[in-house]
Parts: sequence; C-alpha cells; structure tokens
Amino acid sequence: MRISRRILAGLATASLAVTATSCGGGGTSGSFDDTVTVGILHSLSGTMAISESTLVDTEKMAIEEINAAGGVKVGGKSYKIEYIVEDGASDWPTFAEKSKKLIDQDGVPVVFGGWTSASRKAMLPVYESKDAFLYYPIQYEAQECSNNIFYTGATPNQQSEPATDFMYKRSPAAGGDFFLVGSDYVFPRTSNTITKAQVKQLGGKVVGEDYLPLGNTEVAPIISKIKKALPEGGIIINTLNGDQNVAFFKQIQDAGITPSSGYYVMNYSIAEEEISTIGPEFLEGHYGAWNYMMSIDTPASKKFAKSFKKRWGSDRVVADPQESAYNMVYLWKQAVEDAGTFDDNAVREALVGQKFDAPQGPVEVMPNHHLSQTVRIGEINAEGGFTILEETGVVLPQAWNQKHPSSKGFACDWTDPSKGEKYKL
Amino acid sequence: MELLLDSLFNGVAIGSVLLVAALGLAIVFGLMGVINLAHGELMMLGAYTTYVTQLIFKLPILKPFYNSYIIVSIFLAFIVSGVVGILLEKTIIRKLYGSPLETLLATWGVSLILQQFVRSVPLAYGTGLVISLIIGLFLPTTFPQKIKESINFKYFKFSSWILATLTGVLTGSFISSTVSKLSRASARNVDVTAPSWMRGQVEILGTAFPKTRLMIIVITLISVIAITLFLNQSAWGMRIRAVTQNRQMSDCLGISTEKVDIITFGIGSGLAGVAGVAVSLLGSVGPNVGGNYIVGCFMVVVLGGVGNLLGTVLASFGIGIMTDLIGAGRLLSIWPDMPLPLSNTINFFATTSMARVMIFALIVIFLQFKPTGLFPQKGRMVEN
Repeated sequence: MRISRRILAGLATASLAVTATSCGGGGTSGSFDDTVTVGILHSLSGTMAISESTLVDTEKMAIEEINAAGGVKVGGKSYKIEYIVEDGASDWPTFAEKSKKLIDQDGVPVVFGGWTSASRKAMLPVYESKDAFLYYPIQYEAQECSNNIFYTGATPNQQSEPATDFMYKRSPAAGGDFFLVGSDYVFPRTSNTITKAQVKQLGGKVVGEDYLPLGNTEVAPIISKIKKALPEGGIIINTLNGDQNVAFFKQIQDAGITPSSGYYVMNYSIAEEEISTIGPEFLEGHYGAWNYMMSIDTPASKKFAKSFKKRWGSDRVVADPQESAYNMVYLWKQAVEDAGTFDDNAVREALVGQKFDAPQGPVEVMPNHHLSQTVRIGEINAEGGFTILEETGVVLPQAWNQKHPSSKGFACDWTDPSKGEKYKL
Repeated sequence: MELLLDSLFNGVAIGSVLLVAALGLAIVFGLMGVINLAHGELMMLGAYTTYVTQLIFKLPILKPFYNSYIIVSIFLAFIVSGVVGILLEKTIIRKLYGSPLETLLATWGVSLILQQFVRSVPLAYGTGLVISLIIGLFLPTTFPQKIKESINFKYFKFSSWILATLTGVLTGSFISSTVSKLSRASARNVDVTAPSWMRGQVEILGTAFPKTRLMIIVITLISVIAITLFLNQSAWGMRIRAVTQNRQMSDCLGISTEKVDIITFGIGSGLAGVAGVAVSLLGSVGPNVGGNYIVGCFMVVVLGGVGNLLGTVLASFGIGIMTDLIGAGRLLSIWPDMPLPLSNTINFFATTSMARVMIFALIVIFLQFKPTGLFPQKGRMVEN
C-alpha cells in the first residue's frame, strides 16, 4: 500500500515536473529525457535567513553544475534536476508544515533542508511518518540517528573533540583551565557536556560555564566570571550563536580578554561568513574548528570557492555549512544513479558507502547516515580567513557520542536490521 | 574594595543600558500612556543611523573628523528616530488615543514594517527617505508667520514637499553611488566599530574599566539630566506636565494639546534613537536589535512606576546591580563561607539565564505588594 503511494507520488512528480517551468534550475533542457524535482527548505526570512540563504545559493549551484554535466542518469535516461524552494521562515513548525507540502503535494523524492537543531527536531516526525528522506547539512550535537535523515555536517567527535584536544595539548594556552560559554539551547549544552567529560579525561579543569539566553547581548556578568575564574588567562570554548558573538567579542576585547593577555577562544559556530560579519579585528588570534575552510589549498577547494564567487558575486565567501550542502546534493545524485531509481528505500540503501571527492577531501557515507570527514583547526587571521594549523586524517562519525554519559557505548547502523537506531556496542 | 567597585560598576553599566533604552519609553508610555511596541524599532533606527554615519565619515572629505563620528551620530540618531516617531504619531497613534489595545496592535504592526524596511530597502535610499521626511516636516514650520497665515500656505507646503523629495532622491543616489556598502539591501547584521579613542580600557582606582561602557554611562547621564531639565525648567516641559496631569483643563487654558503630543512623542522617540547609538557599541546592528530590549524597557518602566522618571532611573540601576549580583555569583565572594545548601542555591542561579529568571520572579513578587511600582503617581488623575 505504502509503496504504491510512493509510485503514485513519483508519477505525480514526473507529470508536475514536465509542466513546471517557473522554478527551473537554469539552462535549457533540450538534451534531457525527463526532469526530476527536488525540494529545498531553508529560512529565507526571519533571524536565520542570513545563514540559511547561503545554503540555498550553494544547493542551487550544485544542481546547476550537475545539470550542466548532463543531469542525473537513471535507467539509461538523463534527468534534469528542477527544484522547488520553500521558506521555513525561521519558525520551526513552519519547517514541518512545508516538509509535508513538499512530500505530499509536490511529491519530491528528496528534501535538502534545515539549519538549527530545533528545525530538524520539528521536521523529523514528518519524514519518519511519511518515510521520506531529508538531507541535513549542518554540524550539530548528534545524539540522534534517524533512518529518514542523512546528516552531512560534523558530529561532536568530528569537530569539538579534536578541538578540545588541540586547545589542551598544543595551543599557546596548553594545560590551562577551561571556561565554557554558549547560547542557551540544545547544541551548546550538549556540546559542553561532552567537552566537560573530555577535559576531565585529559586531566584538565573546567572552572566555569555560562549560557546566554538567545537574543540577550549583555555579556558583562559573563566577563566578570571569566576574569574571576581565569585571572591569568586560559582557554575559552565558545558555542554562542549568530550575532551574540558580535556582542561577546566586542565586549571581551574592551575588557582586555585577548590573545595577547593569554585568553584564547576556540569557536564552534564561527566560519568565514561570520568572521566577515563580526569583523576580523575582534577575532584575530582566536581559533576555529571545521571540516572545510576556505583557505584549504587543494584544486577541489579552490574550484568550489571560485565557482561560488563566479555564480553569486566576488565578495561572497564559502564556509563549512555550504560545503556540506554542496556535498549532499552530489551524494544524492550518485546514490540515485547507483540505485537506478528515485525510490527512497532503494536510494537509502545505495547511499551508504558512497564516496565523493569533496572540497574538504574525500568523504564517505557511513552506515549511521553520517559522513566520514577530515577535521581542521585554524587560527583566525587579519584577512578574515583561517590559517590552518592542523589537519586530522579521516575521522569516522559517532551519531551517539562516546563521551556523553547518556550515549556512551552505543552506536547506530542502518544497514543491519538487527542494529538500527541505537544498539549497544 | 576592588570587588565592590567592580560589582557596582558592572551593575551601573548594565543598568545604564537598560535606562537609556527605557528613558524614551518612560516618556511615551509613562507620560502619554501610549503602549508603543515600535519603541525597539526606533532604537534600531538609531543604531542604523550610527552605522550609516560611520560609513559616511569614512568618505575622503570627512575622513579627518572620523574620530568624532560617534558624537555626531548621537544627534543624528535623535533627529532620525524623533522624526519617524513624529510621523508615526501624526499618522497612526493620534487616531488611537484612549484605546490602548488598538495602539498596541498598530504599533506592533509598525515594528514589523520597520524591521522589514531595513531588510529590504538599501540603506542609502532609506537615508534619502528620512532626509525627505525631515525637510518635508520641518521646512514649512520655518516660514515667516505671514506666509503661514496666508491662504496659499498649502501651496508652499506642497512645494516644500517637492523640494524635500528631490533632496532625498539626490542624497540617496549620491550615497548609493559613493558608499557601495549602503547601495544594496541586506538582511545581514552590520557592525559599528567604535573609534580608536573609545576602545580599550581606562584604569580608575586600580581597576580597569572598558571605555565603551563608560561612554554609555555618560550618554545615559546626559540624556537623563537633559530630559529632567527640559521637563522641569522649560516652558514646553511645563506644558507637557500640565497635559499629562489634566488634558481637558490644559486644553481650556489654551495649551495646544496636539502640539504637546507631537513634541512628547518626538522626544520619546528621539531618546530611543540615542539608545540605539549606545546599543550599537555593545553588539551588532540588525533588524531584530530592538526586539531584544523591548521587554526589558517595559519591565523597567512598570517597576519604576509609570509616569515617574526617578522611578525609572532607580529601577534600571536596581535591575542592573541585581543582574550582576546574581548572574556573576557575587554573593559567594562577599560571603565565602556561607552554609552549603545556600551556596549551592546561589551557584545554581549564577548563570545569565537563571539570573534572568530570578530577576523576573523578584519583580513579579515585588509587584504583588506594590502593583503601581516603586514611585506611583500621586494625586488625582482626571482621566481615571
């Protein structure tokens, strides 16, 4: 019953796609046999629009590149990719509602979307109940593993864990005490729980922790706490969100909390895009950890940055979330071609094991629907980019963190029906 | 001693941000009884004015004076937000006096419009529009009395609006062609960088204080003193107080209540603009910047007692000091060997989020006992 509905949906897609002309992905479709319409769901209005619109731009670019190279080839036919862009409006229930619309009404075989964990948590039940597929491109707190979501961003062990290790062992503040600052929502709190466990294992000390309510920019009490807890300097781990970073860095610099006086901030949410907003003069000398940094000196990375600038303007930058968004479109295309159909279940099976030569280096889809990735630690420089200091080899993703007390000893594997979402190692 | 000084300074610093933001609202809401939900957006306009001024002072002609742009922007922000406030009063709020619910809804709508405006209109043209408004509204008032009384005054008025539109369009296109950052619309947050003399710290009595914080305290003090002097010493201040106390009687005695309303609202809005300058020094400037402060503003005004400036001042500093005491866990340093259960409780509340919860709880409890705030308006009010 369920399968026949999916076929119906597929037929609807095909007929809809044939008639759809308004939201095409650019270029003429003269040499294609057919078209396939995918869904793009990010916030184009509201607070998150600034960040999420860069993902829409990147996804459009990836689709255009694929179309220019002959589209998706399924069963001997070449399909041109068309897309429908929906606005999640920085409002989490809207994400769920628009997902329903894309799946039921537009019958898209895949949705690329989301940024905040809250939006993902709102969409998750929709995709699980309709057995549809969401591709989610952001570094996040993990502790989740859905059969209906494919996560192309970093899990904590692919970002914060190597970063904490670097700060404690090899940074100028090595061996120093830690202070944790974050916005008050799920990602910083989970990430800091992991960091605290890790610092304890390393033999270090977390001397303070504070969370700023979202929207609040009054950092004065946090500054006095930092000064009290770390009088001689130390390591600050920052998971603040968006423009709260601007307030934080402006005010700590005024208060004399700078690299020159021994305070080093490691950031998990500041990429090239944010550096240009906050201003490199406030961030110079602090650190960031990502899988992709624009300064990676490889042909694939340069090509990615160059095509993005060519498509969207020379003043634009590319950053880690965009790279993840770019990868997921290509990985979907490869999986569809391997499966020989757009059907979700077949594509999901074909997806695991897909390899892609991404701008960050080779990535591979793991059985837990996450990507194996390279981790890089960079120092923020005066030009607004990262000077890459360290590069790990390929790190496998842990959907269930091995340092978080609630998930220690668990893993996820969707290729083995007896294991599934959460099994004991 | 150092601890006390540090704590007091922090409290005053947090409080002065609250105070400067709430001062305009204390006038609009406190004296006029208008619930202006667009107050935060008037602050946002002030913050954007600072940003635009900063970029304009980077032009070659004004470059030598770059260090003083922040002073200039305080005055400009007052004018810009004041004029937008006056327009708001003339077009919307005037028609809704006496119906607070409708005012609340209408001003909320205005706040959404203003937010979307800065997102989708290039700031250069926004500047042009504001300049047109300033000229269009003020040029006719500068004409000699003789012209004002003549029948043809409407033609003068009309032609001054044409002149205003022209000037606005010209400045708009001039700015958009010279400052590329202002020529495109963007929802992205922008950044105001304090001039070099305002960055870093100064040392007073062996403790280092951030200069931007001191600047905000100074701006707040000047605003409070200026507004107190204006209300208590000037003729217009007296009229404003008269209308606040008894509108009908003042009207009978020949005070133009319409004019008083415009001036009061204009000043309240202008002060919001000044607050915008202060806020832009602390964080980034974006369409949502005002929304972050609006709740705090109403909280301060209600706690202080509606219609009383002194109450507003004390309430802001009180909240500021409490925020620092609770949020930074200072009680523990003041009394280090307190019993364990107590120190655990204090530690639990010693985060910024929990401090906020605690402050709100304290205010709710306080208002149970004194529902009219710290300093309620005394005497008979005719309108009630």
